[in-house]
Amino acid sequence: MSRREKAWWIVGGILIVLYALSPIAWIISLSLKGSSDIANQSFLPTKAVWDNYTQIFTGTASDLFLPALRNSFGICLIATGISCLLSMFAAYAIARLDFRGKRLILSAALGVAIFPVISIVTPLFNLWRQIGLYDTWPGLIIPYLSLTLPISIWTMSAFFREIPWEMEQAAQVDGATTWQAFRRVIVPLAAPGVFTTAIIAFFIAWNDFAYGISLTSTSASRPVPAALGLFSGASQFQDPTGATAAAAVIVTIPVVLLVLLFQRRIVAGLTNGAVKG
Amino acid sequence: MASIEMKNIVKQYGDGFPAVNDVSLDIADGEFMILVGPSGCGKSTLLRMIVGLEDNTSGDMVIGGKRVNDLAPRDRNLSMVFQNYALYPHMTVFENIAFPLRLSKTPDDEVRRRVTEASDVLELKEHLDRKPANLSGGQRQRVAMGRAIVRQAEAFLFDEPLSNLDAKLRGQMRTEISRLQRRLGITTVYVTHDQTEAMTLGDRVCVLRKGKIQQVASPRELYEQPVNLFVAGFIGSPPMNFLPATPKGTGLETPFGMVELDERRAAKVKGHDLVLVGIRPEYFEDASLVDEARRPLGSTFKARVDVTEWLGDSQFAYIPYEAPEAVTAQLRELSRELDSEELRTQAIVSIDSTSRIREGREAEFWLDTRKVHVFDPQSGENLTRDAEAGAELTRLATQDRVEQVEESKARQGGATSVGAA
Ligand SMILES: Nc1ncnc2c1ncn2[C@@H]1O[C@H](COP(=O)(O)OP(=O)(O)OP(=O)(O)O)[C@@H](O)[C@H]1O
Ligand SMILES: [Mg+2]
Repeated sequence: MSRREKAWWIVGGILIVLYALSPIAWIISLSLKGSSDIANQSFLPTKAVWDNYTQIFTGTASDLFLPALRNSFGICLIATGISCLLSMFAAYAIARLDFRGKRLILSAALGVAIFPVISIVTPLFNLWRQIGLYDTWPGLIIPYLSLTLPISIWTMSAFFREIPWEMEQAAQVDGATTWQAFRRVIVPLAAPGVFTTAIIAFFIAWNDFAYGISLTSTSASRPVPAALGLFSGASQFQDPTGATAAAAVIVTIPVVLLVLLFQRRIVAGLTNGAVKG
Repeated sequence: MASIEMKNIVKQYGDGFPAVNDVSLDIADGEFMILVGPSGCGKSTLLRMIVGLEDNTSGDMVIGGKRVNDLAPRDRNLSMVFQNYALYPHMTVFENIAFPLRLSKTPDDEVRRRVTEASDVLELKEHLDRKPANLSGGQRQRVAMGRAIVRQAEAFLFDEPLSNLDAKLRGQMRTEISRLQRRLGITTVYVTHDQTEAMTLGDRVCVLRKGKIQQVASPRELYEQPVNLFVAGFIGSPPMNFLPATPKGTGLETPFGMVELDERRAAKVKGHDLVLVGIRPEYFEDASLVDEARRPLGSTFKARVDVTEWLGDSQFAYIPYEAPEAVTAQLRELSRELDSEELRTQAIVSIDSTSRIREGREAEFWLDTRKVHVFDPQSGENLTRDAEAGAELTRLATQDRVEQVEESKARQGGATSVGAA
């Protein structure tokens, strides 16, 4: 690549990053504006204040926001955990075993993944109310599993396929049962895949709005995205924009943290040196 | 330690392809058995059936007197070194070697003692805390061996363990493996397609072709008394020359003149009209360098030399010859199967490195006719094989092995060695 070309790539890259980050910058800036400042017609707040944050954590919006935050964390973590565990076994079987209906499982998983959420919400709403799952944690965890499992199975089986068969055969010859070989050799080797899958699954669950708003009614199980939609201003005539922006910033933080924390592990080529490099 | 017996073993893969076809092979306790053959002949498949990673379609696998057909790999107590080592990348060298012991719930201090012993033998001591990814090829290979010798396995199985190493290291590791095997006296099955490894390591060598055993014998017997064209062409490098010939009187008429045969061989050849004579490169010599005493043991002929290769300690000359169409097709087929380069109808002869024979000139060669073999071009069968002489060679090799194993046992007082503690 010539210098000139390189310079263009850099400029282009910066432009794209700016473009992608501008909404986030905008949200952060909004969250720091006082209520009278919101419509100041400029990007930066005239004076940065923490009012919005105090409002959602200790003020009027806190009854709405704090339980929602707890719900979101709890529900998403549980859904991610279950989905990782299940998809690990499913993906292992898909990558390693030859059985009838393997393709069917994969394509069904894909089918479920692309099925529009909104078309299931209404029947689920009715069903959940009948069997008492409406507005409970399991009532959200189960539909979240349907969102996260397909993609988890797909990513995880891609990772399992990368692990050389011989690893496992070596373990078996060394005296391991199938389960021991799986737990002591395959799972550690698949760890980057498990992390990646977990993060993707967590994001999907974390971002859900449709299920969150339709299958809950109180702070018993309402997740953050749904709660954000219910924020109201201090008075009838005031927009809740500032508080919503502040909550949005707070919700983004775990996502960013997760990625920063685990990007090493995700990228780490743990299988290096397993076979002749 | 145990013997391994295979009885009419067949392996058909899912697509019906018979990768191993009716193999019966007895491997004695403590024996070093080599499986060789061209690519795709079923060596790895056979090895993997011994260790239990592959089911056999029919036949019996008996290890240490026990039928193991239905046993999982872990219940067969064999250890295997894979071609690409299959080390566990997330474990240190120590844990890699200790893995089989950990699985069998060996107490910690015992594990430490055995791993230290194994790493001493393999000179891995200073690498025990490192990860496999940071080791050199040779070191990784040794870790894989460490994992194999650390427990008391019934037998060692190797699948081309040295093929990923460079030539020099391969030589080193070869002697290492040989020493280790003799020292532990443990039954070993070793897959390779390297001539040198097959000839130097093995007590006996089993030559496979398309899933069928061609010959099982000591390296010497394979070299001197091959059963057929395939074995004769496969063993030896540069390979045996096959010249078309027609029997005439007590000899054979070849492109390089008459080759006289002794009575025994002449009788066997009688009745065939076209045969192939197999002559190893070293049976030839520059006629001017052969002393008078040896001259009458062979025949001399004149031929034009196409190319010579001088290698310092030896010299090769290439002599083209004419061959009938029927034979060339047959030879081409054979060389394709042996993965050798397109065999032109030329003889490769080995001559003394001091020989002044030059390219493009006519020269006189001497041919030692005592050890030539005659093959039937259709069936490939060796017509002049002396089965008794061959068996004698293998018997001697077996005797050598038994003595060596006994000696090593005596040296160690029959007691502590790695894997036999
Ligand atoms: N899983 C499989 N399914 C179907 N056919 C197979 C399978 N594995 C091996 N084969 C076939 O069985 C034959 C023997 O294979 P094998 O791996 O034993 O050869 P090999 O002698 O070890 O060769 P190489 O020297 O190349 O390693 C080959 O022709 C191969 O195509
Ligand atoms: Mg192989």
